[in-house]
Amino acid sequence: MNITALSKEELLVEFEAKINAEQKIEPLDWMPDEYRNHLIRQISQHAHSEIIGMQPEGNWITRAPSLRSKKILLAKIQDEAGHGLYLYSAAETLGVTREQYIQWLHEGKAKYSSVFNSPALNWADMGAIGWLVDGAAITNQVSLQKTSYGPYARAMVRICKEESFHQRQGYEIMWKMMEGTKDQQEMAQDALNRWWWPSLMMFGPHDSDSPRTGNAMRWKIKRETNDYLREKFINKTIPQAELIGLKIPDNNLVLLEDGTYKSGDINWDDFWKNVNGNGPCNEQRLAHHIKAHTEGAWVRESAFVSGFQK
Amino acid sequence: MEAKLKYYLQIADNALILSHRLSEYCSKGPFLEEDLANTNVALDLIGLAESMYIEVARQENEGRTGDDIVYRRKETDFLNVILVEMPNDDFAHIMVRQFFTDVFHQQFFSELRNSKDEFLMGIAHKSIKEVLYHLKRSSEWMFRLGKGTVEAQEKAQVAINKYWKYTHEFFLENDTDSEMLKAGIGVDLSLIKKNWLAKVEEIFTMSNLTIPTNDFTIEGGKQGYHSENLGYILTEMQFLPSKYPDAIW
Ligand SMILES: [Fe+2]
Ligand SMILES: [Fe+2]
Repeated sequence: MNITALSKEELLVEFEAKINAEQKIEPLDWMPDEYRNHLIRQISQHAHSEIIGMQPEGNWITRAPSLRSKKILLAKIQDEAGHGLYLYSAAETLGVTREQYIQWLHEGKAKYSSVFNSPALNWADMGAIGWLVDGAAITNQVSLQKTSYGPYARAMVRICKEESFHQRQGYEIMWKMMEGTKDQQEMAQDALNRWWWPSLMMFGPHDSDSPRTGNAMRWKIKRETNDYLREKFINKTIPQAELIGLKIPDNNLVLLEDGTYKSGDINWDDFWKNVNGNGPCNEQRLAHHIKAHTEGAWVRESAFVSGFQK
Repeated sequence: MEAKLKYYLQIADNALILSHRLSEYCSKGPFLEEDLANTNVALDLIGLAESMYIEVARQENEGRTGDDIVYRRKETDFLNVILVEMPNDDFAHIMVRQFFTDVFHQQFFSELRNSKDEFLMGIAHKSIKEVLYHLKRSSEWMFRLGKGTVEAQEKAQVAINKYWKYTHEFFLENDTDSEMLKAGIGVDLSLIKKNWLAKVEEIFTMSNLTIPTNDFTIEGGKQGYHSENLGYILTEMQFLPSKYPDAIW
C-alpha cells in the first residue's frame, strides 16, 4: 500500500484536474470545503423544492375534474416525492442527515424554490405548473446531468426522465382547456398570467447579479449560466403558448431577427420579497411542512421503538 | 339499476371514497417514504374504481361515461360503507381505517376470484395482488403502533374502539348482496366476516391491540344513507363538473 500525505494545495490540484477531465467527484473523494458547502446548500434546496412543490398541486387532487386527471396528478406528485427522496439521499452523501436538512428548512436556514410560494388558484394552474414550472426545472436539470458531483448527476438523470412527462401532461391540460369553453380559456390564460414571471425567476438572478456563480462554474457544479438557461426556456415555451392561443403576459416581449425572443424586465423586487419569506404563501408552505413533521413525530418514534424492520 | 351494477358500485365506491381520503393526506405523512406508500395505495384504489365505473357505464348502456357516474351522481346513490368516509383524524385513525378495509378487501377479492361474472373475476385477480401489498403495509403499522411507544399503542386502540362499530357494515348482506350470492356472482359475506375476524385477531394479538367487546353497529352507506362527511367529500370532488357542466377537461 502506498499512502502519501498530500498537502491541501496538492489535493486541490488533483481535484481540479479530475474536474477538468470531466471525471465525477464521489462522496469519499477529497473536496474543498467550499465545494462541499455549495453542494450541501444546492442539493438540499433542490430536495426541499421537490417536497414543498407537492403542496400547490396536492391542493387540487381532491378537486381534479376527471378520474384520469386525478390519477395523473396524484402520480405526478408522487414522482416529486420520489425526486425529493433521491435528492435527500444524494445530499446525505455529503455527511449531513435528512433530519438535519429538514431542521434547517424549518429554521429558515435552508431555502426552496420561491416559485412554490405562489398559490394554485384554479384547475388550469395544474396545467401551468407542469408546463412552466416543471418545464423550467427540466431546462435547469438537463444541464445538471453533467454536474461534477457524481451522486447529484446520477439523481438528475433519473429525475429528468420523469420531468419531461410532467411537462407534457401540464401542457395537455392547457390545450384541452384552450379548446374548451370560454370559462376554461379564461382560467388557462389567468394561470399563465400568474405563473409566467415566477417561472422565469426560477432561473435565479441575472448573471451580472449572481454572487455565487464564480467557483460553481469553475468546479462544474453549475454547467450553464442563469441567463443562458432562462433564454433557452423562453424560446422553447413561447411558440408552445402561441400554438394553443395563449398570450404571454409581457408587453415588452420582442421577436428578434434571428428568431429568438427577448423578454421584458423581470420584477426582481417580487423575487426578493419571495426569497426573503414575504411571498403570498411562504408562511403557509413552511407551516404545512412543519405541522406534518411535528404531527408525525410520535409515529416515527413508535416505529423506531417497535424495532420492526422491513 | 340492475343488481349486478349496484354490486359493482358498492365495490367501486368503497375504493373511490377511501382514495379520496388518502389523497387529502398527500404531503402530510410522518415521513417521505410513508407519503409515497400512501399515494401508492390511493392510486391503486382510484385505478380499481375507475375500471369498475367504466364497466358500469358500458353495461348499462345509457350514454353515461365512467366519469359521469363519479361526478354527476347524487349522494344517496353512493353505496360505499360509512367507514371509508371517516376523516383523517390522525395517523392512527388513518391506518386503522386502512387496516380494517385492507383485511376486508383481501378476503373479499380472494373469494371473488370464483365469481361467475367474468369482469368481476378479472378485477378480483388483478386487485388481490395490490391488496396484499396494502395489507402487508397496514398490518406492519398495527405492529409498529401497538408494539412501539405507549402513546402510539393508546392512539391506535382509541381508533380501533371508535371504528369497530363501523366495520360490521362490510358484512351486512343487503338485497343486492343476496341476489348476487344466489347467482354465483357475489361472495358469501358471512364467510368473509369469519375470515376477516380471524385475520384481525391474529394481527392484533401480535401487536398488543385488542378487539372491542361491544357490538354496537352503525350502518347505512350500502343503502345510500351516509355520515355527514360524504356530502363534503362530494362537494369537493364534484366541484368543477358541477360548476362548469358543459366543460370537458
Ligand atoms: Fe421533480
Ligand atoms: Fe416534476
